[in-house]
Amino acid sequence: MTFSLWRGLAVGASLFALSAGASAADDAAGDLPLSLRLSPGQYKQIIADVFGPTISIQGRFEPEIRTDGLLAIGARSVSISDTGIERYDDMARGVAAQVIDARHRDTFVHCKPQAANAADDACAKQFISLIGRLLYRRSLNENELGTQVRVAAESAAKLHDFYAGLSTSLAEMLISPDFLFRYKRTETDASGQRRLDGYSKASVLSFFLWNSVPDDALLKAAENGSIHTQEGLQRQVDRMISSSRMEGGLRAFFSDMLGFSEFEVLAKDPTFFPRYTITVKEDSQEQTLKTIVDHVMVRRGDYRDLFTTPHTYLTRSLAALYNVPLPEKTDNGQPMHWQPYTYKEGDPRAGLLAQASFVALYSPAGRSSPTARGKALRENILCQKVPPPPGNVDFKFVQDTSNPQYKTTRDRLTAHRSEAMCAGCHKITDPIGLALENFDSAGGFRTKENGVVIDTTGELSGVKFEGPIGLAKVLHDDPAVVSCVAKRAFGFAAGRLPASQDADWPKIEAAFKDSKYNVLELMRRIALSDVVYTVPARQVAAAQK
Amino acid sequence: MRALDKLNRRRVLKGMLAGSAVTVGLPILDCMLDENGDAFAATGAPIPPRFATWFWGLGLGEGNWVPKTAGADYQLPVQLEPLKPFQKKMNLFSGGEVFLDGQSNGTHFTGVQGIMTGKVVGTGDYSNSIDTVVGNVIGNGTRFRSLEVACDGDPKACWSARSDNGRQPAEISPHALYARIFGPEFRDPNAAEFAPDTGVMVRRSALSAVKERREELMRDLGAADRQKLDNYFTSLRALETKLDVQLQKPEPLPACSKPGELEEEKKQVLTMATDAMERHNLFAGLFAHALACGQTRVVSSAITAGMSGLLRQGDSTNHHTYTHEEPVDATLGYQVKCAWFQSLYMQALHDFAKAMDSIQEGDKTLLDRMVVFAFTDHGAPRLHSVRNYPIITLGSANGRLKTGMHIPKPGDAATRVSYTVMQSMGVALGDWGTASNKVSTPISEVLA
Repeated sequence: MTFSLWRGLAVGASLFALSAGASAADDAAGDLPLSLRLSPGQYKQIIADVFGPTISIQGRFEPEIRTDGLLAIGARSVSISDTGIERYDDMARGVAAQVIDARHRDTFVHCKPQAANAADDACAKQFISLIGRLLYRRSLNENELGTQVRVAAESAAKLHDFYAGLSTSLAEMLISPDFLFRYKRTETDASGQRRLDGYSKASVLSFFLWNSVPDDALLKAAENGSIHTQEGLQRQVDRMISSSRMEGGLRAFFSDMLGFSEFEVLAKDPTFFPRYTITVKEDSQEQTLKTIVDHVMVRRGDYRDLFTTPHTYLTRSLAALYNVPLPEKTDNGQPMHWQPYTYKEGDPRAGLLAQASFVALYSPAGRSSPTARGKALRENILCQKVPPPPGNVDFKFVQDTSNPQYKTTRDRLTAHRSEAMCAGCHKITDPIGLALENFDSAGGFRTKENGVVIDTTGELSGVKFEGPIGLAKVLHDDPAVVSCVAKRAFGFAAGRLPASQDADWPKIEAAFKDSKYNVLELMRRIALSDVVYTVPARQVAAAQK
Repeated sequence: MRALDKLNRRRVLKGMLAGSAVTVGLPILDCMLDENGDAFAATGAPIPPRFATWFWGLGLGEGNWVPKTAGADYQLPVQLEPLKPFQKKMNLFSGGEVFLDGQSNGTHFTGVQGIMTGKVVGTGDYSNSIDTVVGNVIGNGTRFRSLEVACDGDPKACWSARSDNGRQPAEISPHALYARIFGPEFRDPNAAEFAPDTGVMVRRSALSAVKERREELMRDLGAADRQKLDNYFTSLRALETKLDVQLQKPEPLPACSKPGELEEEKKQVLTMATDAMERHNLFAGLFAHALACGQTRVVSSAITAGMSGLLRQGDSTNHHTYTHEEPVDATLGYQVKCAWFQSLYMQALHDFAKAMDSIQEGDKTLLDRMVVFAFTDHGAPRLHSVRNYPIITLGSANGRLKTGMHIPKPGDAATRVSYTVMQSMGVALGDWGTASNKVSTPISEVLA
């Protein structure tokens, strides 16, 4: 079955049992971590996982907020606006209408109503309890179930349609805070310590590794308490990492870390970059994600090699952008949209940073910006903060292209860095960004600017290098690169950065090193670590302010 | 300004074809109004004030835009020439400053934070903007608490943010805004017949079920999560209100007419300033209709983001880059390429005002009954300055604001303009703002 979450779900199973001690009633109010709003990617993935890929989602999501380098951390500080709830409402009604339409209803409603034009509480209850457990990531209690059945019944009576009643109830569940927010609830374990309850732990795990809701097996592990044992947790983590859904988690993590949400507001001036089409924009994100999935999951490669890897995937439009000859290949007579491609040794277009998902994403619409690229590299890849520009600055040299003295971007930025107040920040951004000047604003490859050969020498952490290849090699050896991806992976899992008092953190970093910097192993170690399931006291304190 | 004239003709034609941007509303008949022409005779209900904020990025340059004389009949600077037809219906405020009080100047943000929320805080906190403060007074009970748009494709470019549920994502597509306001859920206030929609009744009833669980949900959450859930329920109430309004027979509004449908745009994110202006004018037309039809009383628009990346056709350097790098022309005394963008935005502001002014409500136009508060992110953008902000208001707030003046206030708090405008909208606040940006007296010259 396409929608793997339905596998193993049996009607009539013990759907309402809460795990031992998991009742919210004994939780002291306030002694709880912060909730996270579902990301657009998670929302879409859940709908696809629960209802299948044929259910389309219409509408725009609320913008997300990036905190400490990740939207996954910013999700803690966002609620839902007036406009947002309207949009969620529209989407919910659209999804619900499709789920119960004549084409889909038999897949999801495993009972027949006594009459199609009237309410049927027993059948509605069966549907709601099954779906609700997946959407809310926990079994619904009797009160909740009763409410949803009543909504379905009232609606069915008014609209004279059992399925329309189910649709109303489902739409209401899809805009409820139980669905739209991921709550973390705590309980007291046998030794009197507070811990996340089983359902919350299962959710942390599934959103980290799958970017979606837990499946039946994981929910059962929450319900029977095995998720709280090291053995039980390990069994689930190993199962999840070897699942096909793991790719979704890996893609979501890197999309977040690399700032792909900014693609939503990216466009290029078609006068100068006619090859940068909507298709190229979409393909460039996919190129990077395919490269990462191949490198991490298939080749089991070292994270640092992503910056130098010659292996990637191209479409015809991307090949045209990069000026790469892509031979026409066919698979069973059909043109291949994506083709694996390996750059020759020494080709400056190899590696992640040479891809349009980096060089084009961090460039204004009209021309490249070594400063913006250098800043993005510092912040996204090295987890370093670049301060904002000060007030009262004279920028007159930077891009005065009419001045014959300053033909290249390097010339203009060098002049700008002669301003003392600008020098501090530009010294940490520009020498990195200038090494990528072989790529224009759209990611196209070039060797000259205004007729002059581009000088791509650069410097990072005191090491001088030449061009994109030199930059990639220096990055490969910079310890900040592996430390950054580890911190971000932790943040993606926990919704916060690792803290100095997190005892397990050094062990996670060491295990990552021992694995030769394999990101899957990093995610496995994080998923197995207690630290990702603990609620730091300072967070509770912040919540109580 | 030949380029703009050419653009106007194209835009007007497009507007006429779309049936939206250029519309003259039906006059409210005299027999429907009281003898003063400001209230409906049948109910005595006054014709309500309306409010708009209108943001453009990157100011007007470095001081040469300040008119030489104060008060009425001042000479409009070159950047503001497109607003000439509305000079009598507008005020230009100059000299105002946002005081940093030791906080760092977050470029393209801190100044707006001061002008729109009254405070400068280094945490990046941005909430309770003046449009939402005004909305709480004049906007209750309408179908939408407010409507927000951004014209360049960035939903985060608009500056409206509530105290109860945060920054509002802006609509970026006129087609989508049309569907939201004038789609199947729109109830024409002038329709002869009205029957509540069963589907809406069912949805309204289902929403109550979520609300019933509020206490249960709140019980096991910490303070921060409770706050977040509160914000959610505020939004849910707004959704309930929207459905409630649809279930009631609306009061007739003769100035209301439903605009023609708009085509779906191919591009979402824009690179050309002229394209943003075309989109802006479609939004302006929809806003005018929405305000005249009582769908909302508060709207907000941003023609650019603060750090505008918009381009001029054939030029690869964007507006933001030019503000920093273009030399000030020695003869003209301003940055010529930047002035092209500034004039374009002021032409857009003119078109916004025109869309409002073309709707007649009794003896006044919609523009006369409202205030359009136009503001920007930097005084002198080349320097990231938070001094000498140009702030423009259009409209006279149902007669509560005198117009036609240039009001220079060098070194004064820019927040005083925001405060004055809020007072003209009936907001009763003894003071507004914090620390050096706190003000307690309005600009008396313009309050009627």
